[in-house]
Amino acid sequence: MHKSYLTLSHVGKSFQRGTNTTEVLRDISLTVERGEYVSLIGHSGCGKSTLLNLIAGLTPVSNGTVLLEDKHVNAPGPDRAVVFQNHSLLPWLSVYDNIKLAVDKVWAKESAAQRKVRIMEKLDLVQMAHAKDKRPSEISGGMKQRVGIARALAMEPKVLLLDEPFGALDALTRAHLQDQVMQIHQTLKNTVVMITHDVDEAVLLSDRIVMLTNGPAATIGEIVNVNLPYPRKRIELVSQPEYIRCREAVLKFLYERHKFVEAA
Amino acid sequence: MPVHSVSNVVVLPTKRTKSVLITMPDFKKIGAALLPPLFVMFMALLLWQIFASSPNSGLPPPTTVISESSDLILHPFFDNGGTDKGLGLHVLASLKRVALGYALAAIVGIGLGTLVGASQLFMRGLDPLFQILRTVPPLAWLPISLAAFKDGQPSAIFVIFITAIWPIIINTATGIRNIPDDYKNVARVIQLNPIQYFSKIMVPAAAPYIFTGLRIGIGLSWLAIVAAEMLIGGTGIGFFIWDAWNSSHISDIIVALFYVGIVGFVLDRLVSYVGSLVTHGMTVN
Repeated sequence: MHKSYLTLSHVGKSFQRGTNTTEVLRDISLTVERGEYVSLIGHSGCGKSTLLNLIAGLTPVSNGTVLLEDKHVNAPGPDRAVVFQNHSLLPWLSVYDNIKLAVDKVWAKESAAQRKVRIMEKLDLVQMAHAKDKRPSEISGGMKQRVGIARALAMEPKVLLLDEPFGALDALTRAHLQDQVMQIHQTLKNTVVMITHDVDEAVLLSDRIVMLTNGPAATIGEIVNVNLPYPRKRIELVSQPEYIRCREAVLKFLYERHKFVEAA
Repeated sequence: MPVHSVSNVVVLPTKRTKSVLITMPDFKKIGAALLPPLFVMFMALLLWQIFASSPNSGLPPPTTVISESSDLILHPFFDNGGTDKGLGLHVLASLKRVALGYALAAIVGIGLGTLVGASQLFMRGLDPLFQILRTVPPLAWLPISLAAFKDGQPSAIFVIFITAIWPIIINTATGIRNIPDDYKNVARVIQLNPIQYFSKIMVPAAAPYIFTGLRIGIGLSWLAIVAAEMLIGGTGIGFFIWDAWNSSHISDIIVALFYVGIVGFVLDRLVSYVGSLVTHGMTVN
Protein backbone atom coordinates (compact mmCIF):
# COMPACT_ATOMS: atom_id res chain seq x y z
CA MET A 1 0.00 0.00 0.00
CA HIS A 2 1.24 3.45 -0.87
CA LYS A 3 2.10 5.49 2.15
CA SER A 4 1.67 9.24 2.05
CA TYR A 5 4.15 11.72 3.43
CA LEU A 6 1.71 13.71 5.53
CA THR A 7 -1.56 12.06 6.49
CA LEU A 8 -4.51 13.56 8.31
CA SER A 9 -7.15 10.99 9.10
CA HIS A 10 -10.55 11.96 10.53
CA VAL A 11 -9.07 14.94 12.31
CA GLY A 12 -11.42 17.02 14.43
CA LYS A 13 -10.93 19.88 16.82
CA SER A 14 -13.23 21.26 19.49
CA PHE A 15 -12.55 24.07 21.89
CA GLN A 16 -14.09 24.19 25.33
CA ARG A 17 -14.95 27.36 27.11
CA GLY A 18 -16.70 26.69 30.37
CA THR A 19 -19.60 24.43 29.60
CA ASN A 20 -19.71 25.46 25.93
CA THR A 21 -18.04 23.24 23.39
CA THR A 22 -17.38 24.67 19.95
CA GLU A 23 -16.58 22.20 17.22
CA VAL A 24 -14.30 24.01 14.81
CA LEU A 25 -13.16 21.20 12.54
CA ARG A 26 -14.82 17.86 11.85
CA ASP A 27 -13.64 14.73 10.14
CA ILE A 28 -10.83 16.12 8.01
CA SER A 29 -8.94 13.52 6.00
CA LEU A 30 -6.16 14.63 3.70
CA THR A 31 -2.92 13.26 2.35
CA VAL A 32 -0.03 15.34 1.11
CA GLU A 33 2.77 13.83 -0.99
CA ARG A 34 6.42 14.71 -0.66
CA GLY A 35 7.23 17.83 -2.65
CA GLU A 36 3.61 18.80 -3.05
CA TYR A 37 2.35 22.36 -2.66
CA VAL A 38 -1.10 22.32 -1.08
CA SER A 39 -3.22 25.37 -0.32
CA LEU A 40 -6.02 25.52 2.23
CA ILE A 41 -8.66 28.06 1.29
CA GLY A 42 -11.88 29.07 2.99
CA HIS A 43 -13.73 32.02 4.42
CA SER A 44 -12.24 33.75 7.42
CA GLY A 45 -13.14 32.11 10.68
CA CYS A 46 -13.67 28.69 9.09
CA GLY A 47 -10.76 27.13 10.96
CA LYS A 48 -7.93 27.25 8.41
CA SER A 49 -5.45 28.49 10.97
CA THR A 50 -6.64 25.93 13.49
CA LEU A 51 -5.99 23.19 10.93
CA LEU A 52 -2.49 24.51 10.29
CA ASN A 53 -1.83 24.67 14.03
CA LEU A 54 -2.91 21.03 14.32
CA ILE A 55 -0.38 20.03 11.65
CA ALA A 56 2.24 22.20 13.34
CA GLY A 57 1.44 20.51 16.65
CA LEU A 58 0.89 23.87 18.30
CA THR A 59 -2.61 22.75 19.28
CA PRO A 60 -3.46 19.12 20.02
CA VAL A 61 -6.12 17.34 17.95
CA SER A 62 -9.42 16.38 19.61
CA ASN A 63 -10.16 13.47 17.27
CA GLY A 64 -8.25 11.55 14.64
CA THR A 65 -4.54 11.52 13.91
CA VAL A 66 -1.90 13.52 12.09
CA LEU A 67 0.99 11.45 10.76
CA LEU A 68 4.19 12.80 9.24
CA GLU A 69 6.36 10.04 7.73
CA ASP A 70 4.46 7.55 9.89
CA LYS A 71 5.21 9.47 13.06
CA HIS A 72 2.47 10.90 15.23
CA VAL A 73 2.38 14.66 15.41
CA ASN A 74 1.63 15.64 18.99
CA ALA A 75 4.00 18.52 19.67
CA PRO A 76 5.50 21.38 17.69
CA GLY A 77 8.90 20.84 16.13
CA PRO A 78 11.34 22.18 13.56
CA ASP A 79 10.37 19.46 11.05
CA ARG A 80 7.12 21.43 10.62
CA ALA A 81 8.42 24.99 10.55
CA VAL A 82 5.76 27.68 10.45
CA VAL A 83 5.87 31.06 8.73
CA PHE A 84 3.41 33.09 10.76
CA GLN A 85 1.04 35.62 9.29
CA ASN A 86 2.65 38.59 11.00
CA HIS A 87 6.25 37.44 10.52
CA SER A 88 6.83 37.11 14.30
CA LEU A 89 10.48 38.02 14.14
CA LEU A 90 11.95 38.91 17.51
CA PRO A 91 12.32 42.71 17.46
CA TRP A 92 15.39 42.77 19.74
CA LEU A 93 17.43 40.55 17.42
CA SER A 94 18.97 41.43 14.07
CA VAL A 95 17.80 39.64 10.94
CA TYR A 96 20.85 37.39 11.14
CA ASP A 97 20.37 36.64 14.85
CA ASN A 98 16.69 35.83 14.33
CA ILE A 99 17.67 33.04 11.97
CA LYS A 100 20.65 32.13 14.12
CA LEU A 101 18.38 31.49 17.11
CA ALA A 102 16.59 28.79 15.12
CA VAL A 103 19.70 27.42 13.40
CA ASP A 104 21.72 27.18 16.63
CA LYS A 105 18.94 25.16 18.19
CA VAL A 106 18.03 22.91 15.28
CA TRP A 107 21.57 22.30 14.02
CA ALA A 108 23.24 22.29 17.44
CA LYS A 109 25.53 19.41 16.46
CA GLU A 110 27.15 21.26 13.59
CA SER A 111 30.16 23.57 13.92
CA ALA A 112 29.68 27.31 14.22
CA ALA A 113 31.09 27.75 10.70
CA GLN A 114 28.64 25.26 9.21
CA ARG A 115 25.77 26.99 10.93
CA LYS A 116 26.91 30.35 9.62
CA VAL A 117 26.90 28.92 6.09
CA ARG A 118 23.34 27.70 6.63
CA ILE A 119 22.15 31.11 7.78
CA MET A 120 23.79 33.00 4.91
CA GLU A 121 22.59 30.43 2.38
CA LYS A 122 18.97 30.97 3.39
CA LEU A 123 19.37 34.74 3.56
CA ASP A 124 20.74 34.63 0.00
CA LEU A 125 17.84 32.46 -1.07
CA VAL A 126 15.32 35.12 -0.04
CA GLN A 127 17.67 37.91 -1.17
CA MET A 128 18.02 39.42 2.26
CA ALA A 129 21.76 38.97 2.86
CA HIS A 130 22.30 42.70 2.43
CA ALA A 131 20.12 43.45 5.47
CA LYS A 132 21.49 40.82 7.81
CA ASP A 133 22.52 43.29 10.50
CA LYS A 134 19.29 45.28 10.43
CA ARG A 135 16.62 44.94 13.07
CA PRO A 136 13.08 43.94 12.06
CA SER A 137 11.85 47.48 12.76
CA GLU A 138 14.26 48.81 10.13
CA ILE A 139 13.01 46.72 7.21
CA SER A 140 9.74 46.67 5.28
CA GLY A 141 6.85 44.27 5.80
CA GLY A 142 7.75 42.24 2.72
CA MET A 143 11.36 41.96 3.87
CA LYS A 144 10.27 40.79 7.31
CA GLN A 145 8.16 38.08 5.74
CA ARG A 146 11.14 37.00 3.62
CA VAL A 147 13.26 36.72 6.74
CA GLY A 148 10.46 34.70 8.35
CA ILE A 149 10.54 32.37 5.36
CA ALA A 150 14.33 32.14 5.55
CA ARG A 151 14.12 31.26 9.23
CA ALA A 152 11.60 28.51 8.52
CA LEU A 153 13.60 27.16 5.57
CA ALA A 154 16.79 27.16 7.66
CA MET A 155 15.26 24.43 9.82
CA GLU A 156 14.95 22.34 6.65
CA PRO A 157 11.46 21.23 7.62
CA LYS A 158 9.81 18.15 6.19
CA VAL A 159 6.73 20.29 5.73
CA LEU A 160 6.82 24.05 5.46
CA LEU A 161 3.66 25.58 6.90
CA LEU A 162 2.67 29.03 5.65
CA ASP A 163 -0.09 30.84 7.55
CA GLU A 164 -1.37 33.52 5.15
CA PRO A 165 2.21 34.59 4.60
CA PHE A 166 1.37 37.40 2.19
CA GLY A 167 -1.87 38.55 3.79
CA ALA A 168 -0.51 41.73 5.33
CA LEU A 169 1.41 42.89 2.23
CA ASP A 170 0.53 45.28 -0.57
CA ALA A 171 -0.35 43.79 -3.96
CA LEU A 172 3.01 44.43 -5.67
CA THR A 173 5.11 43.12 -2.81
CA ARG A 174 2.80 40.14 -2.55
CA ALA A 175 3.22 39.26 -6.23
CA HIS A 176 6.98 39.57 -5.93
CA LEU A 177 7.07 37.34 -2.89
CA GLN A 178 4.76 34.76 -4.46
CA ASP A 179 7.17 34.46 -7.37
CA GLN A 180 10.02 34.04 -4.94
CA VAL A 181 8.24 31.34 -2.97
CA MET A 182 7.36 29.53 -6.20
CA GLN A 183 11.00 29.64 -7.25
CA ILE A 184 12.19 28.39 -3.87
CA HIS A 185 9.69 25.56 -4.05
CA GLN A 186 11.03 24.63 -7.48
CA THR A 187 14.62 24.73 -6.24
CA LEU A 188 14.19 22.87 -2.97
CA LYS A 189 11.29 20.60 -3.99
CA ASN A 190 10.00 20.93 -0.45
CA THR A 191 6.55 20.07 0.81
CA VAL A 192 4.40 23.10 1.54
CA VAL A 193 1.01 23.57 3.15
CA MET A 194 -0.23 27.15 2.79
CA ILE A 195 -3.26 28.93 4.14
CA THR A 196 -4.70 31.65 1.95
CA HIS A 197 -7.91 33.47 1.23
CA ASP A 198 -6.68 34.72 -2.13
CA VAL A 199 -8.00 32.64 -5.04
CA ASP A 200 -5.34 33.78 -7.54
CA GLU A 201 -2.58 33.09 -5.09
CA ALA A 202 -3.88 29.59 -4.47
CA VAL A 203 -4.10 28.76 -8.18
CA LEU A 204 -0.74 30.31 -8.98
CA LEU A 205 1.23 28.44 -6.36
CA SER A 206 -0.52 25.15 -5.64
CA ASP A 207 -0.57 21.64 -6.98
CA ARG A 208 -3.82 21.12 -5.12
CA ILE A 209 -6.30 23.48 -3.54
CA VAL A 210 -8.21 22.18 -0.53
CA MET A 211 -11.43 24.08 0.06
CA LEU A 212 -12.96 24.18 3.52
CA THR A 213 -16.66 24.58 4.20
CA ASN A 214 -17.87 27.29 6.54
CA GLY A 215 -17.63 26.66 10.25
CA PRO A 216 -18.61 25.66 12.80
CA ALA A 217 -17.56 22.08 12.27
CA ALA A 218 -15.82 22.93 9.00
CA THR A 219 -14.59 20.10 6.85
CA ILE A 220 -13.10 19.60 3.41
CA GLY A 221 -15.70 20.52 0.82
CA GLU A 222 -13.79 19.94 -2.37
CA ILE A 223 -10.28 19.54 -3.71
CA VAL A 224 -9.14 21.06 -7.00
CA ASN A 225 -6.06 19.74 -8.81
CA VAL A 226 -4.14 22.45 -10.60
CA ASN A 227 -2.59 20.82 -13.65
CA LEU A 228 -0.32 23.61 -14.76
CA PRO A 229 3.36 23.08 -15.46
CA TYR A 230 6.06 24.93 -13.55
CA PRO A 231 7.54 27.47 -13.78
CA ARG A 232 4.30 29.37 -13.89
CA LYS A 233 4.22 32.90 -15.20
CA ARG A 234 1.39 34.95 -13.77
CA ILE A 235 0.79 36.95 -16.95
CA GLU A 236 0.71 33.95 -19.28
CA LEU A 237 -1.52 31.99 -16.90
CA VAL A 238 -4.42 34.40 -17.08
CA SER A 239 -5.43 33.25 -20.56
CA GLN A 240 -4.88 29.50 -20.05
CA PRO A 241 -8.04 27.34 -19.90
CA GLU A 242 -6.74 25.25 -17.01
CA TYR A 243 -6.07 28.38 -14.94
CA ILE A 244 -9.52 29.72 -15.71
CA ARG A 245 -11.10 26.36 -14.86
CA CYS A 246 -9.38 26.17 -11.46
CA ARG A 247 -10.12 29.75 -10.62
CA GLU A 248 -13.75 29.28 -11.52
CA ALA A 249 -14.02 26.10 -9.47
CA VAL A 250 -12.65 27.81 -6.37
CA LEU A 251 -14.71 30.96 -6.83
CA LYS A 252 -17.89 28.94 -7.35
CA PHE A 253 -17.20 26.95 -4.23
CA LEU A 254 -16.52 30.02 -2.12
CA TYR A 255 -19.18 32.36 -3.39
CA GLU A 256 -22.02 30.13 -4.55
CA ARG A 257 -22.03 26.93 -2.60
CA HIS A 258 -20.46 28.14 0.61
CA LYS A 259 -21.30 31.76 0.65
CA PHE A 260 -20.04 33.62 3.67
CA VAL A 261 -23.23 33.96 5.69
CA GLU A 262 -22.08 36.10 8.55
CA ALA A 263 -22.89 39.79 8.13
CA ALA A 264 -19.75 41.52 7.01
CA MET B 1 47.03 77.61 -22.05
CA PRO B 2 46.30 75.00 -24.76
CA VAL B 3 43.28 72.93 -24.01
CA HIS B 4 44.86 69.48 -24.62
CA SER B 5 47.39 69.89 -21.81
CA VAL B 6 44.55 70.16 -19.39
CA SER B 7 43.34 66.69 -20.31
CA ASN B 8 46.53 65.20 -18.82
CA VAL B 9 45.69 66.52 -15.46
CA VAL B 10 43.98 64.02 -13.27
CA VAL B 11 41.16 65.81 -11.66
CA LEU B 12 40.64 64.68 -8.10
CA PRO B 13 37.12 65.00 -6.93
CA THR B 14 36.87 67.98 -4.69
CA LYS B 15 36.01 67.12 -1.18
CA ARG B 16 32.48 67.92 -0.23
CA THR B 17 32.13 70.62 2.35
CA LYS B 18 29.47 68.62 4.17
CA SER B 19 31.63 68.09 7.26
CA VAL B 20 31.98 71.82 7.70
CA LEU B 21 28.22 72.16 7.72
CA ILE B 22 27.84 69.53 10.41
CA THR B 23 30.41 71.04 12.77
CA MET B 24 28.67 74.39 12.61
CA PRO B 25 26.37 74.40 15.63
CA ASP B 26 22.79 75.17 14.82
CA PHE B 27 22.30 78.22 17.01
CA LYS B 28 18.66 78.49 16.16
CA LYS B 29 17.92 74.98 17.44
CA ILE B 30 20.03 75.38 20.58
CA GLY B 31 18.36 78.67 21.29
CA ALA B 32 14.89 77.21 20.82
CA ALA B 33 15.74 74.43 23.26
CA LEU B 34 17.46 76.53 25.91
CA LEU B 35 15.61 79.83 25.94
CA PRO B 36 12.18 78.72 27.20
CA PRO B 37 13.46 76.88 30.32
CA LEU B 38 15.94 79.68 31.09
CA PHE B 39 13.17 82.23 30.79
CA VAL B 40 10.81 80.27 33.06
CA MET B 41 13.55 79.77 35.63
CA PHE B 42 14.39 83.46 35.62
CA MET B 43 10.75 84.43 36.04
CA ALA B 44 10.32 81.97 38.92
CA LEU B 45 13.37 83.38 40.72
CA LEU B 46 12.10 86.89 40.12
CA LEU B 47 8.65 86.12 41.57
CA TRP B 48 10.25 84.35 44.51
CA GLN B 49 12.49 87.36 45.12
CA ILE B 50 9.52 89.76 45.02
CA PHE B 51 7.22 87.76 47.29
CA ALA B 52 9.88 86.71 49.81
CA SER B 53 11.25 90.22 50.18
CA SER B 54 8.31 91.53 52.19
CA PRO B 55 9.22 92.04 55.88
CA ASN B 56 6.64 89.55 57.22
CA SER B 57 7.71 86.74 54.86
CA GLY B 58 8.70 83.47 56.57
CA LEU B 59 10.90 82.39 53.69
CA PRO B 60 14.17 84.00 52.54
CA PRO B 61 14.42 85.39 49.00
CA PRO B 62 17.02 83.84 46.60
CA THR B 63 19.59 86.55 47.32
CA THR B 64 19.49 85.77 51.04
CA VAL B 65 19.71 82.03 50.36
CA ILE B 66 22.84 82.55 48.29
CA SER B 67 24.52 84.82 50.85
CA GLU B 68 23.57 82.72 53.91
CA SER B 69 24.32 79.32 52.47
CA SER B 70 27.20 80.15 50.14
CA ASP B 71 29.57 77.68 51.80
CA LEU B 72 26.99 74.87 51.32
CA ILE B 73 26.68 75.77 47.67
CA LEU B 74 30.38 76.26 47.02
CA HIS B 75 31.85 73.44 49.16
CA PRO B 76 29.66 70.36 48.86
CA PHE B 77 32.30 67.99 50.30
CA PHE B 78 33.59 69.65 53.49
CA ASP B 79 33.65 67.50 56.61
CA ASN B 80 33.94 69.10 60.04
CA GLY B 81 33.29 65.83 61.83
CA GLY B 82 30.05 64.64 63.37
CA THR B 83 27.01 65.62 61.35
CA ASP B 84 28.51 68.90 60.13
CA LYS B 85 29.21 67.81 56.56
CA GLY B 86 28.85 69.19 53.05
CA LEU B 87 25.66 68.44 51.14
CA GLY B 88 27.57 66.26 48.68
CA LEU B 89 28.54 63.90 51.50
CA HIS B 90 24.96 63.79 52.81
CA VAL B 91 23.68 63.01 49.33
CA LEU B 92 26.29 60.25 49.00
CA ALA B 93 25.14 58.70 52.28
CA SER B 94 21.53 58.76 51.02
CA LEU B 95 22.57 57.35 47.65
CA LYS B 96 24.37 54.46 49.33
CA ARG B 97 21.17 53.46 51.14
CA VAL B 98 19.12 53.85 47.99
CA ALA B 99 21.61 51.82 45.98
CA LEU B 100 21.41 48.91 48.42
CA GLY B 101 17.66 48.94 48.92
CA TYR B 102 16.93 49.52 45.25
CA ALA B 103 19.32 46.82 44.04
CA LEU B 104 17.64 44.32 46.36
CA ALA B 105 14.21 45.48 45.19
CA ALA B 106 15.26 45.09 41.54
CA ILE B 107 16.55 41.54 42.03
CA VAL B 108 13.67 40.30 44.17
CA GLY B 109 11.10 42.32 42.22
CA ILE B 110 12.08 40.99 38.80
CA GLY B 111 12.24 37.47 40.22
CA LEU B 112 8.81 37.64 41.85
CA GLY B 113 7.35 39.49 38.87
CA THR B 114 8.53 36.75 36.53
CA LEU B 115 7.02 34.10 38.78
CA VAL B 116 3.68 35.87 39.03
CA GLY B 117 3.64 36.69 35.32
CA ALA B 118 4.50 33.18 34.18
CA SER B 119 2.40 31.09 36.53
CA GLN B 120 -1.34 31.34 37.08
CA LEU B 121 -0.96 29.57 40.41
CA PHE B 122 1.55 32.07 41.83
CA MET B 123 -0.52 34.88 40.37
CA ARG B 124 -3.63 33.72 42.23
CA GLY B 125 -1.73 33.20 45.45
CA LEU B 126 0.41 36.31 45.55
CA ASP B 127 -1.45 39.01 43.68
CA PRO B 128 -4.00 39.86 46.44
CA LEU B 129 -1.18 40.23 48.94
CA PHE B 130 0.75 42.50 46.56
CA GLN B 131 -2.29 44.63 45.84
CA ILE B 132 -2.83 45.29 49.55
CA LEU B 133 0.79 45.78 50.56
CA ARG B 134 1.63 48.12 47.70
CA THR B 135 -0.81 50.73 48.97
CA VAL B 136 0.94 50.98 52.36
CA PRO B 137 2.79 54.34 52.44
CA PRO B 138 6.59 53.96 52.66
CA LEU B 139 6.93 55.60 56.05
CA ALA B 140 4.33 53.32 57.60
CA TRP B 141 6.87 50.52 57.19
CA LEU B 142 9.48 52.35 59.24
CA PRO B 143 8.28 51.60 62.80
CA ILE B 144 7.81 47.94 61.92
CA SER B 145 11.27 47.68 60.42
CA LEU B 146 12.84 49.53 63.33
CA ALA B 147 11.20 47.01 65.61
CA ALA B 148 12.48 44.14 63.50
CA PHE B 149 16.05 45.35 62.80
CA LYS B 150 16.55 47.39 66.01
CA ASP B 151 18.77 49.76 64.02
CA GLY B 152 18.22 52.77 61.77
CA GLN B 153 20.52 51.85 58.90
CA PRO B 154 18.98 48.53 57.83
CA SER B 155 15.53 49.96 58.52
CA ALA B 156 16.08 52.78 56.02
CA ILE B 157 17.33 50.28 53.44
CA PHE B 158 14.28 48.11 54.07
CA VAL B 159 11.95 51.07 53.56
CA ILE B 160 13.60 51.75 50.18
CA PHE B 161 13.31 48.08 49.28
CA ILE B 162 9.65 47.79 50.17
CA THR B 163 8.82 51.07 48.42
CA ALA B 164 10.56 50.30 45.15
CA ILE B 165 9.62 46.65 44.81
CA TRP B 166 5.90 46.95 43.95
CA PRO B 167 6.10 48.78 40.64
CA ILE B 168 8.97 46.47 39.65
CA ILE B 169 6.94 43.33 40.45
CA ILE B 170 3.77 44.57 38.80
CA ASN B 171 5.42 45.84 35.62
CA THR B 172 7.59 42.75 35.23
CA ALA B 173 4.54 40.51 35.63
CA THR B 174 2.61 42.57 33.07
CA GLY B 175 5.54 42.35 30.66
CA ILE B 176 5.79 38.57 31.04
CA ARG B 177 2.03 38.14 30.66
CA ASN B 178 1.98 40.30 27.53
CA ILE B 179 4.57 38.31 25.60
CA PRO B 180 2.84 37.82 22.22
CA ASP B 181 1.69 34.29 21.43
CA ASP B 182 3.73 34.52 18.23
CA TYR B 183 6.98 34.63 20.17
CA LYS B 184 5.85 31.70 22.28
CA ASN B 185 4.96 29.75 19.16
CA VAL B 186 8.35 30.50 17.61
CA ALA B 187 9.98 29.19 20.78
CA ARG B 188 7.85 26.04 20.64
CA VAL B 189 8.54 25.34 16.98
CA ILE B 190 12.30 25.59 17.45
CA GLN B 191 11.94 23.73 20.76
CA LEU B 192 13.72 26.08 23.14
CA ASN B 193 14.08 24.55 26.60
CA PRO B 194 12.74 26.51 29.60
CA ILE B 195 16.11 28.10 30.40
CA GLN B 196 16.63 29.19 26.79
CA TYR B 197 13.05 30.43 26.66
CA PHE B 198 13.65 32.50 29.77
CA SER B 199 16.86 34.12 28.55
CA LYS B 200 16.16 34.42 24.81
CA ILE B 201 12.45 35.27 24.73
CA MET B 202 11.02 36.13 28.13
CA VAL B 203 13.59 38.59 29.43
CA PRO B 204 14.12 40.57 26.21
CA ALA B 205 10.39 40.62 25.44
CA ALA B 206 9.54 41.91 28.90
CA ALA B 207 12.54 44.27 29.15
CA PRO B 208 10.66 47.45 28.20
CA TYR B 209 8.07 46.75 30.91
CA ILE B 210 10.73 45.81 33.45
CA PHE B 211 12.51 49.10 32.85
CA THR B 212 9.28 51.04 33.23
CA GLY B 213 8.96 49.41 36.67
CA LEU B 214 12.59 50.11 37.51
CA ARG B 215 12.16 53.74 36.56
CA ILE B 216 9.08 54.21 38.73
CA GLY B 217 10.92 52.33 41.49
CA ILE B 218 13.96 54.60 41.52
CA GLY B 219 11.73 57.68 41.73
CA LEU B 220 9.80 56.26 44.68
CA SER B 221 13.04 55.20 46.40
CA TRP B 222 14.36 58.72 46.28
CA LEU B 223 11.06 60.07 47.60
CA ALA B 224 11.09 57.59 50.46
CA ILE B 225 14.71 57.98 51.54
CA VAL B 226 14.39 61.69 52.28
CA ALA B 227 11.39 61.08 54.51
CA ALA B 228 12.90 58.04 56.20
CA GLU B 229 16.15 59.82 57.00
CA MET B 230 14.27 62.65 58.68
CA LEU B 231 13.11 60.11 61.26
CA ILE B 232 16.24 57.99 61.51
CA GLY B 233 18.90 60.71 61.78
CA GLY B 234 22.68 60.49 61.59
CA THR B 235 23.59 61.24 58.01
CA GLY B 236 21.81 61.68 54.72
CA ILE B 237 20.11 64.49 52.90
CA GLY B 238 16.80 63.87 54.68
CA PHE B 239 18.46 64.16 58.07
CA PHE B 240 20.22 67.33 56.93
CA ILE B 241 16.90 68.96 56.05
CA TRP B 242 15.34 68.03 59.37
CA ASP B 243 18.43 69.18 61.24
CA ALA B 244 18.40 72.51 59.39
CA TRP B 245 14.72 72.96 60.26
CA ASN B 246 15.44 72.36 63.95
CA SER B 247 18.20 74.99 63.80
CA SER B 248 16.00 77.37 61.78
CA HIS B 249 18.42 77.42 58.82
CA ILE B 250 15.72 77.91 56.21
CA SER B 251 18.23 78.89 53.52
CA ASP B 252 20.07 75.61 53.99
CA ILE B 253 16.82 73.70 53.51
CA ILE B 254 16.20 75.46 50.22
CA VAL B 255 19.68 74.61 48.95
CA ALA B 256 19.16 70.98 50.06
CA LEU B 257 15.87 70.82 48.15
CA PHE B 258 17.69 71.79 44.98
CA TYR B 259 20.17 68.97 45.62
CA VAL B 260 17.34 66.48 46.15
CA GLY B 261 15.60 67.56 42.98
CA ILE B 262 18.69 67.43 40.82
CA VAL B 263 19.83 64.05 42.14
CA GLY B 264 16.34 62.60 41.66
CA PHE B 265 16.29 63.89 38.10
CA VAL B 266 19.71 62.39 37.37
CA LEU B 267 18.70 59.01 38.85
CA ASP B 268 15.57 58.90 36.70
CA ARG B 269 17.52 59.76 33.57
CA LEU B 270 20.20 57.21 34.41
CA VAL B 271 17.72 54.32 34.70
CA SER B 272 15.90 55.46 31.59
CA TYR B 273 19.22 55.64 29.69
CA VAL B 274 20.27 52.15 30.77
CA GLY B 275 16.80 50.97 29.76
CA SER B 276 17.10 52.43 26.29
CA LEU B 277 20.51 50.77 25.88
CA VAL B 278 19.21 47.37 26.95
CA THR B 279 15.93 47.46 25.04
CA HIS B 280 17.40 49.06 21.90
CA GLY B 281 14.70 51.68 21.86
CA MET B 282 11.86 49.14 21.96
CA THR B 283 8.98 50.85 23.71
CA VAL B 284 6.02 49.64 25.69
CA ASN B 285 3.02 50.00 23.45
